[in-house]
Amino acid sequence: MAEITITNAVKKFGKFVAIDNVSLTVHEREFLVLLGPSGCGKTTLLRAIAGLGMLDSGSVVIGDRDVTYLPPRERGISMVFQNYAIFPHMKVFDNIAFGLKMQKKPKNEIADKVMNAAKLLHIEGMLDRFPSQMSGGQRQRIAVARAIAVESPIILMDEPLSNLDALLRLEMRAELKLLLTRLGVTTIYVTHDQIEAMSMGDRIAVMRAGKILQLDHPTRVYDLPIDQFVGGFIGTPPMNFLHGQVQRNGAGYTVALGEFHLQPADDLQPVLGRHDGKPIVIGIRAESMEPSKSPLSDALPVTIDVVEPLGSQNLLTACIGKDTIKVSIHPDFPVTAGDNLWLRFPINKVRYMDADTGRSITADTEKALA
Amino acid sequence: MSAEALAKESLSRPSAQAWEAQRRRDKLLLQLRRAGVYALAILIAVWILFPILLIANMAFSTPQDVRAFPKSFFPNPISLDSINFFLSTEGIIRATGNSIFVALLAVVLSSLLAVPGGYAIARYVFPGRDAIRLVMLSVRAFPIVVLAVPLAVIFLQLGLFDQPFTLALMHTALTLPTTVLVISSVFASVPYEFEEAAQVFGCTPLQAFWQVVLPLALPGIAASAILTFVLSWNEVFAAILLTLSNRTLPAHILYNLDKSSDPFKFAAAFVMLVPSMIFIFFIRRYLFNMWGQINK
Repeated sequence: MAEITITNAVKKFGKFVAIDNVSLTVHEREFLVLLGPSGCGKTTLLRAIAGLGMLDSGSVVIGDRDVTYLPPRERGISMVFQNYAIFPHMKVFDNIAFGLKMQKKPKNEIADKVMNAAKLLHIEGMLDRFPSQMSGGQRQRIAVARAIAVESPIILMDEPLSNLDALLRLEMRAELKLLLTRLGVTTIYVTHDQIEAMSMGDRIAVMRAGKILQLDHPTRVYDLPIDQFVGGFIGTPPMNFLHGQVQRNGAGYTVALGEFHLQPADDLQPVLGRHDGKPIVIGIRAESMEPSKSPLSDALPVTIDVVEPLGSQNLLTACIGKDTIKVSIHPDFPVTAGDNLWLRFPINKVRYMDADTGRSITADTEKALA
Repeated sequence: MSAEALAKESLSRPSAQAWEAQRRRDKLLLQLRRAGVYALAILIAVWILFPILLIANMAFSTPQDVRAFPKSFFPNPISLDSINFFLSTEGIIRATGNSIFVALLAVVLSSLLAVPGGYAIARYVFPGRDAIRLVMLSVRAFPIVVLAVPLAVIFLQLGLFDQPFTLALMHTALTLPTTVLVISSVFASVPYEFEEAAQVFGCTPLQAFWQVVLPLALPGIAASAILTFVLSWNEVFAAILLTLSNRTLPAHILYNLDKSSDPFKFAAAFVMLVPSMIFIFFIRRYLFNMWGQINK
């Protein structure tokens, strides 16, 4: 059993609340990513699971054992640290073997398991070297090999790739994901890199100010952010936010962006009615808009200020009222700075958010309120 | 490019000869600077090694050669007379034994106290930590003479005198402020993440300290051991104050110095030198070996 359940966890440092009443269940064999800006409590939460920092209140249950007050060595977990924490006075072999030696495993078993772990990370030729003779990427591999050698069902990772250069990170990302999936371990992975989170996680928990804002599959977090913060934090470029106003228009409601009226989906009509006449924020991803070079009645007219060729796409910047909007288009689409463009907003790609709270307004919001 | 532009370009650049001359000057300057560094290093080495050579030279010369002038650079013939005479002098062997015992005991005691003390100062925030650090540092500001007298008074009152053991306590007390600070700074340089990693992989906090932190702190412990050994080996004031029949070597030599001949003095100086050099020779392995690995 390698399910992890955290219930009502609270951790304070003086007056600063690092974890604010967090509850979370990580399923067996799941790859869960804790994502958030620095200081959001993601590392504190991971350390609480590892036993490296005790919670002020709440509980941590691993499998069917309450480990809240157990020291790290009794929790049956394994961990990869941000700065690797490879022991510099031990050879690579002894580093990888460290956990097994502490478990007093027989010598030949240790040798086998170290060899296996080293092979999985392609460092089997370096076992009798000292870590100081190795590069950052190789040290990273030692740290991972040490973590998997103990064959613990749970591996915790604290920003393991943040010290690698961009190319190496890209390579390790895919390799780690494959490795951990194959091993069938439960992984909790802390990162502030939203691309890492998107690409690796089965689920992402987006954290801010000690709370989990949204816990969902990467694509759902990306497409349906729960609030403006999540939409803005995830995605490159971040989600566009445009300020408009809800207006009654015949039988239903529309959102006015200057002269242009955006037609929301039918199931949103009742909940938008509650915002009649009030300001509202619409969120749309840069790649979700459909640009046109000729005027369309159901499209928002913009003037392009900047065109940034990024190779696989071109990124356009335009102003709408006080808001800036980024549009990502196919590089073959002919457009230069100063051109007029008409942007269509596909009805199912638009998120509506409360202008005051930043929370998404959905059909479910109406059900909850009704 | 037009001919005119080419001409302009070559005018604005230095001629090939001037270019080459400049390059040579730069190279010469670089070599001079390097030679200067070597010269300075050699000078410092000579500064330290020459007295040792002189002492060794005299110690292994015959007593006649010691008094002769001019002196040769190497003992000729090599003679063990002075050394033998010195070692066979009443009480010297015993004093040497006392000195080694006191110095080693001081090293052991000060390490045993400074390792946990230094660890606490490096790792834990506790009330009065900065005050303790300051007080320790300020103790080093007083000369040994000032510190030794009150300590000696306490030892005398307790009846703990004329024993090598007491002198070891005294030397431990004198050296402890330095060793605690040296060792604590080494502990502070060992990332706490190492201990956490060790604990995740099955260590109790004590095992994590023993298996990971202590080996990494060995250079600092070695350095402070050298400090303690040398201090204890050379310390003469407290030694004279606290002991009478159980003198350490420097105290014993100092006591006999005005009654002894020049060959005796040179032999004494050489015998004083050797054990601390042997000690440093063995400890220096730890001093240098580990650093390369700690600093990645």
